[in-house]
Amino acid sequence: MAYIDRRPGIRPRPTLGRHLDIAARAGFPACITILLMLLTQAPLGLAGQAALLPAVAFISVWFWSLFRPESFPPPFVFMIGVLLDLLGYLPPGAGVFTLLAVQSVALALRRDLASGGFARVWLVFGMVACAASVVIWLLAMLLDVRLLPPQAAMLMAVLSVAIYPVLAVPFASAHRSVANPEDA
Amino acid sequence: MIRLSIQARQALARLTLPVLIVASFAVMLLGKADVLLAERARTALADGLAPIYAVLAPPLGRFHDTVTEVVSLWDMREENARLRDENEKLRRWQTIALALDAENQRLKASLRWIPDPEASFVTARVVADAGGVYAKAVLLSVGPNHGIRKGEIAVDERGLVGRVTEVGARTARVLLITDLNSRIPVTLETSRAHAILIGTNGARPRLLYWPEGVVPQEGERIVTSAEANAFPANLPIGSVHYTGAGAPEVEPAAMLQKLEVVRVFDYGLTGVTAPEPAARPTPGRH
Repeated sequence: MAYIDRRPGIRPRPTLGRHLDIAARAGFPACITILLMLLTQAPLGLAGQAALLPAVAFISVWFWSLFRPESFPPPFVFMIGVLLDLLGYLPPGAGVFTLLAVQSVALALRRDLASGGFARVWLVFGMVACAASVVIWLLAMLLDVRLLPPQAAMLMAVLSVAIYPVLAVPFASAHRSVANPEDA
Repeated sequence: MIRLSIQARQALARLTLPVLIVASFAVMLLGKADVLLAERARTALADGLAPIYAVLAPPLGRFHDTVTEVVSLWDMREENARLRDENEKLRRWQTIALALDAENQRLKASLRWIPDPEASFVTARVVADAGGVYAKAVLLSVGPNHGIRKGEIAVDERGLVGRVTEVGARTARVLLITDLNSRIPVTLETSRAHAILIGTNGARPRLLYWPEGVVPQEGERIVTSAEANAFPANLPIGSVHYTGAGAPEVEPAAMLQKLEVVRVFDYGLTGVTAPEPAARPTPGRH
């Protein structure tokens, strides 16, 4: 998470305020992810609300691992995986493993996707979200030793793909403005 | 901080992800080895978050109410006519019910019927969905010293909601009758035959294991059965509805999709409650 400024040139004096500013910008992805995850559990009264939590987790991990991996290190992904398991009543470890897998795919494809357009990133995310939903479904069945209907996994995948732009567009603009440590 | 060469630091950074993936398998094993650990962590987290959700619930509820009100303003005339009809029908039923109640009292008196013990109850607000994707449950916000125990029965104003499965310091989790793990002994009201109501995670649980020679009728009312000492007898659950494939399901009477307030009854039943670990008594009951 530590942001190391390697650009040449003259800098403003590293005062406490400036340190705080940089820390806040570097910590933005982590904080917004946790906040959004807690918000999906609020009594909103939406149908299929339970599937929002894994969807938000997939999108956050995917987006920030692609565009700001230094603010989204694997230990933090592990932590929000634990949060996903606890809040989402999944068997412990299922969410942790799935989110780490999503992150490793994002880091592996980083070079190819970072230059590509929004639609391409969305398309690849669609495939990753489907695979992640299936992995969570299989792990939940394996760890609880029972058969589960596949509808919930399908809803999770469809919802993830559908709300991706709703989260990714504000994330992208935040990534360029309020969350950008280089603007500090 | 320890100073490492750039190569060593890069190697460490590359190792973090595989090491954490191995750690996630360790978490899975830990979750299997100590089931109570995850349950306790969840309850602690829910206890911490419940006040926030309890604060959010009224404004969100008001917003929903406003939306429904605006929608209902459109078809008020029709609604009025329908309600007047329904009122008339209900008034007829009320006279029948009062006559039956009086007769029931008379018969009980002549039989020296031992009345059922009065059950105590607390009313609690539903603050969050506590089921996740693969379960159907709700989280109740209850004050400290609430006295709710595992196995108590949650009911809304129309019918059975579910049973309390986890209790925290200021929250309780209620497993709904639609959950995949829910098994409830029931009685078909007209034939008095016993059956089991099995949750499927869908909107309507299935009815199974009724005795030979009895067929659940479409629209027949389903009530709880006192078998297995888990529920009191005759709590309303819902009515039978046949699917297209000819399997009987039960349309729950309770409004499970939009629960706001439920009453949690203590009937003093301990039939199917999971045994508590001796070292850690259920919080809240003294």
